[in-house]
Amino acid sequence: MSDLTDGYLNMQLLRFTTAGSVDDGKSTLIGRLLYDSKAIFEDQLEAIERASERAGAEEVNLALLTDGLRAEREQGITIDVAYRYFATPKRKFIIADTPGHVQYTRNMVTGASTANMAVILVDARHGVLEQTIRHAYIASLLRIPHLLVCVNKMDLVDYSEKIFEDIQTQFNKLAGKLDIQDVRFVPISAKYGDNVVDRSVHMPWYEGPTLMYLLETIHIGSDYNHTLQRFPVQYVIRPQSDKYHDFRGYAGRIASGVFKPGDPVKVMPSGLTSRIKTIEIMDKKLDIAYPPQSVLMTLEDDIDISRGDMIVGENKAPQTGDKIDLMLCWLSETPMRLGGKYYLKHTTNDLRCMVTDVAYKIDINTLDNIYDDKGLSLNEIARVHIKTTKPLYYDSYRINRFTGSLILIDEATNNTVGAGMII
Amino acid sequence: MAESVNFAPLHKQMLMNGYQLNHLRELEAESIYVIREVAAQFEKPVLLFSGGKDSIVMFYLARKAFWPARVPFPLMHIDTGHNFAETLEFRDQLMEKTGAKCIVRYVQDTIDEGKVVEETGPGASRNILQTVTLLDAIEEFKFDAAMGGGRRDEEKARAKERFFSHRDVFGQWDPKNQRPELWNLFNGRKKMGEHFRVFPLSNWTEMDVWQYIFMENVEIPKLYFTHEREVFNRDGVWLATAPFMELKKGEVPVVKKVRCRTIGDITNTGLTLSEAHTLEDIIREVAITRTTERGARFDDKRSDTAMEDRKKEGYF
Repeated sequence: MSDLTDGYLNMQLLRFTTAGSVDDGKSTLIGRLLYDSKAIFEDQLEAIERASERAGAEEVNLALLTDGLRAEREQGITIDVAYRYFATPKRKFIIADTPGHVQYTRNMVTGASTANMAVILVDARHGVLEQTIRHAYIASLLRIPHLLVCVNKMDLVDYSEKIFEDIQTQFNKLAGKLDIQDVRFVPISAKYGDNVVDRSVHMPWYEGPTLMYLLETIHIGSDYNHTLQRFPVQYVIRPQSDKYHDFRGYAGRIASGVFKPGDPVKVMPSGLTSRIKTIEIMDKKLDIAYPPQSVLMTLEDDIDISRGDMIVGENKAPQTGDKIDLMLCWLSETPMRLGGKYYLKHTTNDLRCMVTDVAYKIDINTLDNIYDDKGLSLNEIARVHIKTTKPLYYDSYRINRFTGSLILIDEATNNTVGAGMII
Repeated sequence: MAESVNFAPLHKQMLMNGYQLNHLRELEAESIYVIREVAAQFEKPVLLFSGGKDSIVMFYLARKAFWPARVPFPLMHIDTGHNFAETLEFRDQLMEKTGAKCIVRYVQDTIDEGKVVEETGPGASRNILQTVTLLDAIEEFKFDAAMGGGRRDEEKARAKERFFSHRDVFGQWDPKNQRPELWNLFNGRKKMGEHFRVFPLSNWTEMDVWQYIFMENVEIPKLYFTHEREVFNRDGVWLATAPFMELKKGEVPVVKKVRCRTIGDITNTGLTLSEAHTLEDIIREVAITRTTERGARFDDKRSDTAMEDRKKEGYF
C-alpha cells in the first residue's frame, strides 16, 4: 500500500455552508480555496480565463468558477444553492454555496441543513451588517455546530488590527443573543489569499490559524448525537428466496445513538420490545453501528414493522404527540395558509398536518419577535403550532437534527414549502 | 487487470477512530439511503446503466442497499450503437453474475422510426439523440424514477442538481424552479406523467469513485486500464478508430497505449495516454491530473452551456 492511496482513503468529510452577499467576496473566497487546494483543473481555468477576457476583466476572476447556470452568468448573481468539492490530504470538503440576499433565506436554510460548519463573510469596511445578523441567526436556528467568521477585504482597510477586533466585539455581542457554541474569527483577503491557505505577511499581529487550517482541524467527531438510539425504518427487506425464506430485515440510516447486537429496543409506535439480533451491511456483520451509517437490522422477535416505524433504545424513548410546536421557515412564493393542510415528511414517515397557530414571527434583521402578524411568506421564519393526522415520535431539533426536522409539502403543487425544526 | 494490487490492509481501514466514518463510508451511507428512498417512494424505478464506472458503482451500492434480497428494480441501458465492444461484454457478464435484469433500448430504432435525424460527417455523434430514446423508454415502461450516475463535480450545470430532480411531463428540467432539499428528507411527490431523475452519487468526486472501487474491489471494464489501441488525434484529443468514425484529412490512425477516463460513445470518448495497469496506478494518475474528466468529452465542448441545454431537454 502506497502512502498516496493510504492517506487518501482515510479522510474525514466536512460539509460547510458559505453565506455572504455578492460584494462580500464569497465567490472569490471559494474560488481561492479551490484554486489554492488545486481543485481547479486546467481546462476549467482556461474556460474562466476566456470568460474573464470576454467580460473585460484584467485579472482572472476566480468568482466565475462558481457561477453555474446560464441565467446566473448573465445576471452576475448566484441564484440557487450550488455544491462544490475539494480535498486536502486531511479532509474532503463539500461546500454548500448559498447566495446571501435577504430574499434567499430559503437557500441559506437549505444549505445549512446538512452543514457541520458555517463560514460567514464580513466585509472589513462595513463591519457587522443586517445580513450578518441574518446569517448568524440561521446558523444558530439550524444548529450548525461550528461558526467561522471571515473578516474579508482586510487589504482595503490597511490590514488594521483594530478594525478586526472591533468587528469581533460587535459580532460577539450579537452571538450572545443567539445560541451558538463555537465561533472563530479569521482576518483574510480572499483576493490576495491572506490567511486563506497561507499565512498573511501583512498581518503579523494575527497569531491565530488560517482559514484552511481551521477547516482541516475543527473537531467534528461529536457533531452527531451518540446517546439517543434512533433508527427510522426506511424499507423492509424480505428476500423470499429459498436460502432466506423467513428472513425479515429492517433497512435504514442510523439517525442517532450507537447500536450493538443484543441491545434491548422498542418499536415506535407499537411499543413492542425486542433485542437486536444482527446489524449487517451486505455480507458483513457489524459489532457496532452509529450515525450516519446505512445498515440492515434484524430483531430476535417476529414483530410487525413497516416503513415509518422507528426502532429506539428501550429506555430513552422519543417524545410522542400530534400537537407540535416548531420553528418554521417558509420556502414558497405562495404564502402559508393559517388553518391550511399540508403533507408532512418527518424521518421516513409521511403524514398530513394543519397549521393551527402562528405564535410569533422573527424579524431576522433585528431578531425581534413580532406577535400580531399571523401570515407567513417566502423567506419568513415563525414559531408555529401544527396538528398532525397521527402522532409523531420525535426529539427536539436542538438535541437531534434528524428526528427533530420536518418538511411541509403543498398538496396541490407537490412543492416543498416549509422547513420545520421541532422545539 | 488489477490482480497485482494487495488489498489486504484496506479491510482494517473500514472505520476511523471513535464513532467517525471515513469520507468513503459516509458517501456510501448517503447513496444507499437515497437508493432505498427511491425504492420506497416510487412505484416503478429504474437504474440507468451505461457500463461506465459511475453506473457500475451505483449498481454495486444498490445491491448493498437491498442485500440479501435482489435489487427491486431493473436496469436500463440506452445503447447508441457506438459503444466500445468491451462495454457491452462487461454489461452482459455483470448481469449474468448478479442475476439482475437489464432492459436495452436502441438509438438505432429511434432513428429508424424517423423520430430523429442522425448527424453526418466527421464529429457526428448520437449523444443528443439518445435523450429521445431515453424519454420514449421511460414512457414505454411508465418508469416514475430513473436513477443516474451523475455527480455534481462533473460539470457546472450539475453543481446545482438535486438528489431528487423533478421532471415535467415532457421530461424537462427547470433549473430555476427546483424543490429545496433539506436534511435527508426527499420529496418525491409528483403528478401523473411526471417523473424524477435521482442522482445517488451527487456528492462523489471522480477521486471518491476510484477510491471506492479500490477499497471495495469493484469489478470494472478493462477499458479503464492501459491497453494498446488504434487511435487518431483530433484537436488534441485521442479518439479510437471504428467503422463509423469518419477521419478528416490529415488524421492518421496510430497504435498507442491508452485508457479511458470515462466511458461513453466511441465518437466522443477521449482516450488518455497512460501506463496505468492497476487501480492504484489510476488513483495516482487522477491525483496528479490537471484536467477534468469531462475535459476529454467532445459532447461538452460544443458550447459553454452544452450540458445545461441538454439537461433541460431531458438528458441524463
